[in-house]
Amino acid sequence: MRPVYIAGTGMTAVAEHWTRTALSLASDAARQALSRSTIPHIDALYLANGSSAPLGLHQNFAPAVAHELGLTGIEAISFESAGAAGGLAIRQAAMAVAAGLADAILVVGVEKVSDFLDEHREESLALTSDTDWESLHGVTLTTQWAMLMRKYMHDYAVGISDFAPFPVNAHANAVANKQALYRFAINADKLKDASMIADPLSLLDSSTIADGAAAVLISATPASDGPAVRLLGSGVASAPVALHDRDDLLDLTAVRQSSQRALAAAGIDANQVQAFDLYDPHGIAAVLAFEAMGYAAKGTGTQLGASNAIRPGGSVPLALSGGCKARGDVFGALGVYQIAELTAQLRQTAPTQVDNCQFALAQSMAGIATTVVTHILARD
Amino acid sequence: MMIATLRESTTMEHARMELARHWRHRHARYRLQGSRNSVSGAVAFPPREGNEWEPCVLSGQGTVVTYTVVHQPPLGHHGEVPYILAIVALAEGPMITAQLSDCQANEVQIGMPVEMVTRLLGNEGEDGLLLYGYKFRPII
Repeated sequence: MRPVYIAGTGMTAVAEHWTRTALSLASDAARQALSRSTIPHIDALYLANGSSAPLGLHQNFAPAVAHELGLTGIEAISFESAGAAGGLAIRQAAMAVAAGLADAILVVGVEKVSDFLDEHREESLALTSDTDWESLHGVTLTTQWAMLMRKYMHDYAVGISDFAPFPVNAHANAVANKQALYRFAINADKLKDASMIADPLSLLDSSTIADGAAAVLISATPASDGPAVRLLGSGVASAPVALHDRDDLLDLTAVRQSSQRALAAAGIDANQVQAFDLYDPHGIAAVLAFEAMGYAAKGTGTQLGASNAIRPGGSVPLALSGGCKARGDVFGALGVYQIAELTAQLRQTAPTQVDNCQFALAQSMAGIATTVVTHILARD
Repeated sequence: MMIATLRESTTMEHARMELARHWRHRHARYRLQGSRNSVSGAVAFPPREGNEWEPCVLSGQGTVVTYTVVHQPPLGHHGEVPYILAIVALAEGPMITAQLSDCQANEVQIGMPVEMVTRLLGNEGEDGLLLYGYKFRPII
């Protein structure tokens, strides 16, 4: 297998882009990625998008983006596996390049959700739940995380405020990120007064879905404009769709399996990772992910927040670009944003920087860790 | 006129299609019929298919494993807000996701015994379906 490099990246701001279409956002990010690389030829375009088909906006969007970029006729494939779309597209591109089937693949992730009402967005996101046995009863992704948080608080005797360091950290990190949706700090006191979305999850511990696009050029040759960044390994795992079909509700088994597979493929230990970007729309999601990956024992994950371990100077720096909470929740595009952001982190050019970062971990998912994809990036 | 007629027939067609989607689950929805494995004796809900699974009506008794009070609902559940959504461990073993009924949010606790009741799950409007099925209430 050949080494796989990140040869170019691009991002739009995460925002409510009232004046722009999905095509405008996607091609903007793609042009940025292409303009920063010296790769002469693109073999394929992989397009990741989670919400457009369920919202009735478009489907099989890849050829439209290819045509807009002047790449008409190219192999253009759409990945539409909800929140995991971006991560899966990156992995498929990396496998094709590693295998020698392609030399350079442009991966573009895009979401355009601001044209739709909250209840439509919630419904489309809930399609990753079990339609007949969960969604019918009024389930959304947020209600599922809320039920996990309630059980966690009950089983381990922790309170709502113990989760506050996660959104507080995310907002603090986003202040310097010009691409972030919310560039302001919040404090734990403010969180206490926030209105409930799905008790015990409040507005300030819940991400906002917003518009945005990111692009990453996956290549057999490194970028020439800075330190080479490699995609060292990745792993995907699956779990039962319905929460009620799981043996242990608080064990995100696919998070553990995908991260173990990614670390094994990368050939590094878990404790070598110096920067994390997870699917963290709520504190409970990050807590359960860190526990599943072994960075905290079961029932102790909130202490990673209390001890400042998740802060930029800590042992498991999280959400350095603002995470889903403050950068904004870009759903199916998340897996592509993460690679673009962590590439900057490894090149020491990120807005909120970890000192001398060598290895970074990106993780995204569909549903409540139903499909999980983890990547390990490294500076060569 | 054309548009109005078209929209009306589309709604009716939609209801007819939706009917089959819910009707096929009527035994599970109305009397909590799951499956029992004839080899291992394990009980499953929702019902399973395959040679070794046979129909099995569950008692409807269970306990609350976890719950949430929903203030921001998905499409079609606006009229129900705030509603209590729960995962219930059924006496026979499997867990089930359903709303809690006949109680206030501040009365609900993890571990609370509940029983199945049949309630209106959704009303799709004049030309749509009235959808009935299981919810759970505290055992009185």
